[in-house]
Amino acid sequence: MTNAPLLSIRDLTVAFHQEGRETLAVDRVSFDIGRGETVALVGESGSGKSVTALSVLKLLPYPAASHPSGSIFYGDKDLLSRDERELRRIRGNKITMIFQEPMTSLNPLHTIERQVGEILKIHQGMGDAKARARTLELLKEVGIRDPEKRLDAFPHQLSGGQRQRVMIAMALANEPELLIADEPTTALDVTVQAQILELLAKLRKKNDMSMLFITHDLGIVRKIADRVCVMTEGRIVETGPTREIFDNPQHEYTRHLLAAEPKGHPPKADDSADTVMEGRDIKVWFPIKRGFFRRTMDHVKAVDGIDVTVREGQTLGVVGESGSGKTTLGLALARMISSEGRINFTGRDIGALSFRQMRPLRRELQIVFQDPYGSLSPRMSIAEIIQEGLRIHQPKLSEEQRDRMVVDVLKEVDLDPATRFRYPHEFSGGQRQRIAIARAMVLKPRFVMLDEPTSALDMSVQAQVVDLLRDLQQKHDLAYLFISHDLKVVRALANNVIVMRDGKVVETGTAEQVFENPQTDYTRALIAAAFDIATAPRGVVSE
Amino acid sequence: MSDIQSKAQVELVREKVARPWLSPLNQRRWRNFKANRRGYWSLWVFLVLFVLSLFAEFLANDKPIVASYRGELLFPVLIDYPEQKFGGFLAVTDYRDPVIQDEIEANGWMIWPPIRYSYRTVNNEIPQAAPAKPSWLYDKETRCSRYPEGVNDVNCTPGNWNWLGTDDQARDVLARIIYGFRISVLFGLILTALSAVIGVSAGAVQGYFGGWTDLLFQRFIEIWSSIPVLYLILIIAAVLPPGFFILLGIMLLFSWVAFVGVVRAEFLRARNFEYVSAARALGVPNRTIMFRHLLPNAMVATLTFLPFILNGSITTLTSLDFLGFGLPPGSPSLGELLRQGQRNLNAPWLGISGFLSLSIMLSLLIFIGEATRDAFDPRKAFR
Repeated sequence: MTNAPLLSIRDLTVAFHQEGRETLAVDRVSFDIGRGETVALVGESGSGKSVTALSVLKLLPYPAASHPSGSIFYGDKDLLSRDERELRRIRGNKITMIFQEPMTSLNPLHTIERQVGEILKIHQGMGDAKARARTLELLKEVGIRDPEKRLDAFPHQLSGGQRQRVMIAMALANEPELLIADEPTTALDVTVQAQILELLAKLRKKNDMSMLFITHDLGIVRKIADRVCVMTEGRIVETGPTREIFDNPQHEYTRHLLAAEPKGHPPKADDSADTVMEGRDIKVWFPIKRGFFRRTMDHVKAVDGIDVTVREGQTLGVVGESGSGKTTLGLALARMISSEGRINFTGRDIGALSFRQMRPLRRELQIVFQDPYGSLSPRMSIAEIIQEGLRIHQPKLSEEQRDRMVVDVLKEVDLDPATRFRYPHEFSGGQRQRIAIARAMVLKPRFVMLDEPTSALDMSVQAQVVDLLRDLQQKHDLAYLFISHDLKVVRALANNVIVMRDGKVVETGTAEQVFENPQTDYTRALIAAAFDIATAPRGVVSE
Repeated sequence: MSDIQSKAQVELVREKVARPWLSPLNQRRWRNFKANRRGYWSLWVFLVLFVLSLFAEFLANDKPIVASYRGELLFPVLIDYPEQKFGGFLAVTDYRDPVIQDEIEANGWMIWPPIRYSYRTVNNEIPQAAPAKPSWLYDKETRCSRYPEGVNDVNCTPGNWNWLGTDDQARDVLARIIYGFRISVLFGLILTALSAVIGVSAGAVQGYFGGWTDLLFQRFIEIWSSIPVLYLILIIAAVLPPGFFILLGIMLLFSWVAFVGVVRAEFLRARNFEYVSAARALGVPNRTIMFRHLLPNAMVATLTFLPFILNGSITTLTSLDFLGFGLPPGSPSLGELLRQGQRNLNAPWLGISGFLSLSIMLSLLIFIGEATRDAFDPRKAFR
């Protein structure tokens, strides 16, 4: 790193034009990436970190985007001034990129062999046989088991982690000098995230590449980066070696980020509190039908005989990897999907009630969904969204009474009531999740199922939402069923924990027991992945 | 406490006042629409033409708009006065009759519309055998040759000109175009609106409930849409006298299918959105979910589609008229005008007028449709 840097960004500005207005997404950003170095670009969503990365390869939607100032030197030439033909020779060859969403970055209609091979054929002009051999080698390198069998697989036959490995294989195919990783693990489970990060670190060392790593998670940065650039509102506010930034943060915003991990502890577990929701031997089996007569051949046992008890003022955390059946369990308890087994809600058996019969009970049994962008109807104002449940469950309220309740609940979730006539797209992710919480809270429920309510949010916002949920619980004596793969958040909120895998309970107990003294390898692996981003031996967790 | 409440009240009022008529999303759409200059101007031109044609009776009619007769104010456009009123003996007054005109002028006055012909008025004073050329192609002598007093006749005025000539039954082409435009557009609008209502509901039900409902409905639509519409209309026309509403009904039977595909796809896509699940978790009934949460999504696709369906409806009516299976004989229709143009190649003004009015109308609608499509395109960015 004594010689000239591999990539040098100087005074980069990115502006977006929309309807005559100009917004600066990135404002005079400068940093260098040395050979073999990993630089992390950290910031919350909307801070301009992805836009910065995309402009390196000129992948922004030009001409809506433009660069009023700046230069990006790769070698001795400015990438911004090169034409499309020259850039194409660099993209996917010298500088490659992996994206956040492994579901959509692979073409669903092409086999793995074809997608990886295509890059080799384009940039290196390999023939079929040669490309196939190299593809196999790459797949082995990124840790895909039985690569020979996987060559003919389609993306939907692979898990999220495997897909991300294939993406990495594609990015590495031409032995690039720089790999840009745009939140490559955000959409993955914590356990898989740890594996992918380990893989990236290993490959970087082996191939001697540089890496530009974009993330909002400081835990990851500490694990993988040599140097950190902290971005907010389009500017880099602090930059330095990773250890210095973590030990001695200079800028206020960096300190704010570092302090933003979900903290605090749930109220003590109390077995004497009233039981609000109780499930006995809950089963959700999806039939697999085959043949001409669609006979049921087998079942996917999404939830297979689980007992649940949620008490007033208490939180039951349900943890597990994706596909372990935790959301299905929650939906079954909320009677959103049909299930077998007894479900007892506030002393009433609701297992056999129809959708219509459930309607009066919905008021006391609310759900907050994972994705704050998807769970709010884009064409309704905030007031309309929050009022929707009131209109059904308390139809006698006058317009003013309803409006007053909306104002009150917005104050309760720390949003400005004056904003209630705006539309969801005008709010940030954290604010939207507050609105979704307000929609559930305005009905004064007794039981709330929280389905990964923090997973789609930035770290610092997660902490705020967790604090809000805890305050609301104490104030209204709410019973929570908290579903998450993120044990950090679960520890901050849950009294009791169920660890699920493949539809079955692996471990259960009070939060203290489970976190301090886990009994199974699976739980230990989950905890290691969440708190230390450490990988477990093969076979303990999924890939 | 009351202080807080009154404050909230004030807030409420202020927000209500400050709230613009269109939501920000729709404002953006309107801006996008206006950014397409061609579509924007087409919309205005079309609206002006359409509104004018709605008042066709005041533009082109064989009755005066207002008349004063023996101190009494009459509105012949709106009310049919028997001829006895003016000393005649017929049940209906022919105001173009010089005798009646003299009688009224002697005892009062009357104001004529700019064009003194209705769509079915036969002009008896054309200088040559029908179809007659546009009046401005004749010199004054010829133009007035059939009037009793020739060049000095009071009725030989621009008001009695045939600006676009007459058809082979000596009816004024311009008057027929004005009335024909109105009937075409109204037919198209009504047909499109009704098909949209039926098609959107059918698509919504299929998409929302899916499964067997969807499967059976789809097969039904496949069979239904393979019925040859034209032949069916020919057969029905042989049984029922074809009129405006019967044609509308028959065409409606088949035109709603066009909307089903788009709306069904939108509903299939959106019914698994999280905000729909969220609404279901609140206990919102199915019908409300469909109307409040899903329909707005589908409306974008439908609205984009609408101008093109409107065009299709108009074209279908015109082609039926052209073939002679459309509106009853004597109705003002652009298709019938085209047919006359085809039959009377020696009178090019018939074909040219028909072609121009039809193509201008359809082009305007297509331009408006393009602008609508731009308006609803979320990725459209204008610099």
